[in-house]
Amino acid sequence: MNLSKKDEDSGDLGIFYHLDKSTVLQEARVFNETPIVPRKCRLLLTKIIYLLYLGEPMATTEATELFFSVTKLFQSKDIALRQMVYLVIKELSTIAEDVIMVTSSLMKDMQPKSEVIYRANAIRALCKVIDASMLPSVERFLKAAIVDKTPSISSAAMVSSYHLFPAGKDVIKRWANEVNEAINSKPSSIVGTASSYLTSFSSSGSSYNSQPSSSNISQYHALGLLYMIRQHDRMAVTKLIQQLAGSGRGTFGSSSGILRNSFAYCLLIRYAAKILDEDPNSRQQMYDLLEVWLRHKSDIVSFESAKAICNIKDVTSKELYPAVNVLQLFLSSPKSTLRFAAIRTLNKLAMVHPTAVQPCNLDMETLITDQNRSVATFAITTLLKTGNEASVDRLMKQITGFMSEISDEFKVIVVDAIRSLCLKFPTKQVVMLSFLSGVLRDEGGYEFKRAVVEAIFDLVKFIPESKEAALAHLCEFIEDCEFTKLSVRVLHLLGVEGPKTATPTKYIRYIYNRVILENSIVRAAAVSALAKFGVSVEDPEVKKSIKVLLTRCLDDNDDEVRDRAILFLKLIDDKECAEKYVKDDSTYSLAALERQLVQYVSNPESSEKPFDLSAVPKITKAQAEAENLKPRSFDLASIQTIGTSSAIASTGATAISTSRDATPTPGVDQQQIYSQQLEQIPEIAAFGPLFKSSIKPVDLTESETEYVVSCVKHMFKEHIVFQFIVTNTLNDQLLENVTVVMQPESDDGSLVEEFVIAAAKLPYDQPGSVYVAFKRTNPEEYALGSFSNTLKFLVKDCDPSTGEADEGGYDDEYLVEDIEIVTGDYILPTYISDFSSAWDDMGKDGEVVETFALTASKSLKAACATLIELLGMSPVENSGTPTSSSVHTLMLSGTFLGGIKLLAKNRMTFAPSSGVTMELSVRSSSEEISRIVIGAVV
Amino acid sequence: MGAILSRMLGRLWGEKEVRILILGLDGAGKTTILYRLQIGEVVTTIPTIGFNVETVTYKNIKFQVWDLGGQTSIRPYWRCYYANTDAVIYVVDSVDRDRMSTSKEELHAMLDEEELRDAALLVFANKQDMVGAMSAAEVSDALGLGTLKNRQWSIYKTSAVKGDGLTEGLDWLVNIIQGNEQ
Repeated sequence: MNLSKKDEDSGDLGIFYHLDKSTVLQEARVFNETPIVPRKCRLLLTKIIYLLYLGEPMATTEATELFFSVTKLFQSKDIALRQMVYLVIKELSTIAEDVIMVTSSLMKDMQPKSEVIYRANAIRALCKVIDASMLPSVERFLKAAIVDKTPSISSAAMVSSYHLFPAGKDVIKRWANEVNEAINSKPSSIVGTASSYLTSFSSSGSSYNSQPSSSNISQYHALGLLYMIRQHDRMAVTKLIQQLAGSGRGTFGSSSGILRNSFAYCLLIRYAAKILDEDPNSRQQMYDLLEVWLRHKSDIVSFESAKAICNIKDVTSKELYPAVNVLQLFLSSPKSTLRFAAIRTLNKLAMVHPTAVQPCNLDMETLITDQNRSVATFAITTLLKTGNEASVDRLMKQITGFMSEISDEFKVIVVDAIRSLCLKFPTKQVVMLSFLSGVLRDEGGYEFKRAVVEAIFDLVKFIPESKEAALAHLCEFIEDCEFTKLSVRVLHLLGVEGPKTATPTKYIRYIYNRVILENSIVRAAAVSALAKFGVSVEDPEVKKSIKVLLTRCLDDNDDEVRDRAILFLKLIDDKECAEKYVKDDSTYSLAALERQLVQYVSNPESSEKPFDLSAVPKITKAQAEAENLKPRSFDLASIQTIGTSSAIASTGATAISTSRDATPTPGVDQQQIYSQQLEQIPEIAAFGPLFKSSIKPVDLTESETEYVVSCVKHMFKEHIVFQFIVTNTLNDQLLENVTVVMQPESDDGSLVEEFVIAAAKLPYDQPGSVYVAFKRTNPEEYALGSFSNTLKFLVKDCDPSTGEADEGGYDDEYLVEDIEIVTGDYILPTYISDFSSAWDDMGKDGEVVETFALTASKSLKAACATLIELLGMSPVENSGTPTSSSVHTLMLSGTFLGGIKLLAKNRMTFAPSSGVTMELSVRSSSEEISRIVIGAVV
Repeated sequence: MGAILSRMLGRLWGEKEVRILILGLDGAGKTTILYRLQIGEVVTTIPTIGFNVETVTYKNIKFQVWDLGGQTSIRPYWRCYYANTDAVIYVVDSVDRDRMSTSKEELHAMLDEEELRDAALLVFANKQDMVGAMSAAEVSDALGLGTLKNRQWSIYKTSAVKGDGLTEGLDWLVNIIQGNEQ
């Protein structure tokens, strides 16, 4: 931000000041003149690039015309001009049409006989203008360039291949040997002679002057490309890592391994960390490598491996020890980048493993006064997590000292740290709250204020002693709050929490002030908050006053505000309605609601009946928030957020899931995607609406086999559809008419195959689906059992490079693993807000109770996980993860096929000698269904 | 010193580059002709995707020669390079009797372009070294050169591989260009 400001202010842009696109395009006519004046043209090309970099939009026709003018410049032999031409071509390649016109010229320029200085530039431009179909014709030249002895040319070829890879996988995969050679090439030795094809191209007598490069950056490029080629083959990647790590082991500092570039090492470390993460069998081996790299002489390499070790899932403190040691050394480094990198990594680690970071406390103390405020902020927030209760006061004072000096971004980090601290040391809440309320009064942007407000929300929620004071601070905040969104949220919280306090009336004044002073959105929120007081506070006096206030709102000039006031005035006197509409905080699962509404609207037959809202699963506020939090934990951009929430989770207060995003991103509803896909198929659409799809595809093969098959089960009212997702991993084969033969294990006639929808064509690496539909002959019977599956298809050999298949083919079969239908497939997990009342409402009529002894189960947690998976039901009220290791009650809720509500209560005990003993009770409207559900466990 | 002298001489002679296009169907031998003219050798070529441009000096005249790819997909772009062209060398594969009519259509379509109104036309009936090659007269007939009006044109039988006929063709061009300048 500062940079751009400087740019604007200085006005020192010379000829580039106030460039106008149309003038520049006019001037571009000089490209068509002969003879060419290189200086003039170069300047003009620079102007064009400058304009494009500024984001000046250029129409396709303009760009195409310009492109063809620029191609005329190839007649000039001026080297600098040629390089500018490449740059412009690269920029125009995405806008202009017909850019392939320069292919031949670029191919000539990348030849070994051309000027060495621009061969690399030509290669980089070439990869921008060609597409996958032309790759085979340039293949040999790029292959030769990859092993060229000039590092810049080799790098250019490999970086270009990297960019072309997604489009031209099959061709580029064949270059692995060349790339491998490039990694292993010694800087002095001449490896591979780039063969020329146009043997006699003369070019102004240029000679080879191979510039020696000390960076060895081409190794970095080569490793990146090689990984891209092999990434799906874990064995090959493991081998690659071993090969590159092997010779250098234990001899760092003295002699070097194959790799001489630090960035290449960093890449290697990332690949190793990924393998470690994915394959438990290689864990020890990869960890050992990381540990060796910790002692690498390059800081960046040892930091990268320390970071990789810190990021290992379920890392042990023993494994962490050497990494933390390295980071600790960095903390006292004179280089501020190193200090920053180290403290930032430790800060993140402290959220999950505070004890592992504790040994660094002393070093971090000294960093509090670091000149670099970012380092200081991280130091303090880390100390807050690792320190003991006694040091909190002192640290808080330190922070308050420089809050005004740091940017909003870091303020948010501080606030987040405080927030998790509050929950860790509830006794310190007074200090924290006064700090939070203090910063709330400071200047700051929305993100910062939101962080503070949410931290206070957490206090209200989890530390009852702080509630009154916190609410008072919030009341004060909305008196002068410029962010409508925050005002609305605070008002809502006041509405929920206010009535439960000892003196509800004191909040009413604040809320009503908003009705008088604010914009319509805040006014509407204030009206809703007032109504909550009217409904929830028992005192008839309060009710009466609220009514008076609401009546005044009837004159508001905004429709929404008036409508709300009218609604609530009616509801206040109607106790039953008020319970239902004002107090109930459960909500519909929005994704499910949307899906069912779309189904309802798009199906003309259903419009005769009213929309059945009861079929939409209801979820509690807590559940909705938990759902919203889930996808975010995969969002790497908000590492801080995740860190905080996982830290909170580890302190045991799992319920903390305050929605931290103003606009939460809902999780991708996989079922909705399936549903849309299936509706496209008329035969399956006839089965009616989709009831449930199994959550994750079940793999029926290993991931390395010739044909990779996975299966998803889709349940309809009377039908079951198996979707087999088949991927052909052989690039020299084309599969046609692919079907699956399913043989039930016990043929009792309860399931009858209706039809198979074959995948017509399966080219290499493009997954296709085969659908097999079964009908349940007796709707009252819920068939279970397993099926053996055989893939049947016609194989045609094809040319790997073009994908063109031979005429004839032969039939073949391929046996894959069995797939099972379990009771859980018939049950849809649903959320309910109040389990115990729902349980009581359901009554004992359809109840079935059984006792089980699970001797094999090692803990309550494992037993809970198994049960949830087996029954396909949703745990409610956070009962999914046991808090005690000996006794636990798991509460489950779900809907059985046909919309039958299901509840299950499972009381379980654990003793190391006997395993888990549990008493499972299932209630539903039908005893038969309850029995089937219990049967799933047997 | 030498450079300065040659520049001065250049000014004296009125150093104008002559702009020439080499056109024709794919595989006619355009790229081979270009490099035969430039460096006097036969090079191995691959189909030209786009163009090649080289400077050829012949009899003290600098020719800026553009060899445009002849594939069907590239022919539409020929027109982008018509402007300021002094002469077109149209290369025909004399053995390829089947596509002679296509070649004729492309030739006439090109000559109808306003930008090429004043350009001279030199036709090379190429690949005369091969058995079954049509004679220059046959090619001329097949291309309908006789019907051309207001056009300076000539046809030569050539073999780019052997180097036959190329200089004769260029001599004709030099004559025409010097004639135009006077």
